[in-house]
Amino acid sequence: MAEKVDVDFVVNATARRLTLDGDVTLLDALREHLGLVGTKKGCDQGACGACTVLLDGKRVLSCLTLAAQCDGREVTTIEGLAPEGELHAVQAAFVRHDAFQCGYCTAGQIMSAVAILEEGRTSSDAEIREFMSGNLCRCGAYNNIVAAIREAAAARRA
Amino acid sequence: MAQFEYVRAEDVAGAVAMVSADPGASFLAGGTTHLDLLLKDAVIASSRLVDITRLPLRGVARAGDTLRVGALTTMEELAADSVVAERLPLVREALLAGASTQLRNMATIGGNLLQRARCRYFRDRTVAACNKRAPGSGCAAVALGARMHAILGASEHCIALHASDLCVALAALDAIVDIQDAAGERRVPLTELYVVPGDRPDVENVLQHGELITHVEIPLLPAGARSGYLKVRDRTSYEFALTSAAAALVLDRGTIASARLALGGVGTIPWRAREAEAVLTGAPATREVFRAAADATIHDAFTVPGTAFKVELSKRTMVRILETVAGGQR
Repeated sequence: MAEKVDVDFVVNATARRLTLDGDVTLLDALREHLGLVGTKKGCDQGACGACTVLLDGKRVLSCLTLAAQCDGREVTTIEGLAPEGELHAVQAAFVRHDAFQCGYCTAGQIMSAVAILEEGRTSSDAEIREFMSGNLCRCGAYNNIVAAIREAAAARRA
Repeated sequence: MAQFEYVRAEDVAGAVAMVSADPGASFLAGGTTHLDLLLKDAVIASSRLVDITRLPLRGVARAGDTLRVGALTTMEELAADSVVAERLPLVREALLAGASTQLRNMATIGGNLLQRARCRYFRDRTVAACNKRAPGSGCAAVALGARMHAILGASEHCIALHASDLCVALAALDAIVDIQDAAGERRVPLTELYVVPGDRPDVENVLQHGELITHVEIPLLPAGARSGYLKVRDRTSYEFALTSAAAALVLDRGTIASARLALGGVGTIPWRAREAEAVLTGAPATREVFRAAADATIHDAFTVPGTAFKVELSKRTMVRILETVAGGQR
């Protein structure tokens, strides 16, 4: 019987410790063990981007990351973007531009949008579309998502 | 009950020793293919994953005219390297044409070299016929229909594609793969790392169980070379190639002094286009020469109805990247 693994990591600026089976994904650790259900399970095999979180500041897919691999590292989820009751600038831009329909992909879209601003890949709509391509939206809210990111990028530059 | 045990390797020798000693163990790096096949599709098995992501094999160093890339460098990190941007545009373009930013932040260069086939029959355990998974069981892709599959180095035994974009550029550049096992190190040219499937599609490369890729050495192009990567696909981004090509040319007043060319989307392994290089070298950089080079390269294609289009598409892809590289400022 395989031994459990201790995972000490920082989730949304709070130190957390979990003792887990070695095959538990970061996505399941967040949702099932920490109650952070803002991160969504879409395809659960690395194709849709719904589970995007930031790991040490870089966007990754939590469905294909083992929780055990996050020991000593820092995870940011949609719940950690802004203080309770407030919106991150990208969240506010998504609301203003109606950048979603059913909302299931939205947390992943917003985490990727936050990252794309940090990466500096927002010089044109074409660049935004290219570097947001790992986040699928079955409702087809892409035009409004691009508009929200364009506005958030412009506000950041101002 | 957990499907596997997770252990973290502390050093390279320890990682190699742990996997070498245990037939059920495997290395875990970025996990973007391995965890997918293991946990989600359940078409491979491993009782113990040895996490190598903390090993000191990350980063890019230049030594003269060679770039030495740690196997755990991520795709995004290599794409962001200033020497790659300046001297190896085809590598940067191939990297950024692959996967999504999230996956490129996870996926390592060593893992990219060893990525498994995207063949949907290989990845579907309800499909019985797959010589790659179950030697001797047949090939459902040949029997049932295929589109995103190989036409070169393919046969009725297997038409699974090697889907890496990066490896196409690395094949063109004569990159070298550094490999460590319990006894020591060896160096293998990337073009000799892979094995054309023949009647053993389960054997994909020359690595033995427990051998670890530690570095990839990429020779820099000469200062005056132009290069690029073209990927043709069903949608604009975040999609595997139908066909692709990496090209590097050194031109001397309209004559091709040297040429490097490799193809993606068509081979069971990253496909070096040596026939094309022979036609191109010393010839004028014209469309007619480019087409002759493409015609010389695609021969003995094994096609099924769904992949027959790749013969002509691959040739046009070669012509277009050669025109782009020869005519542009790349």
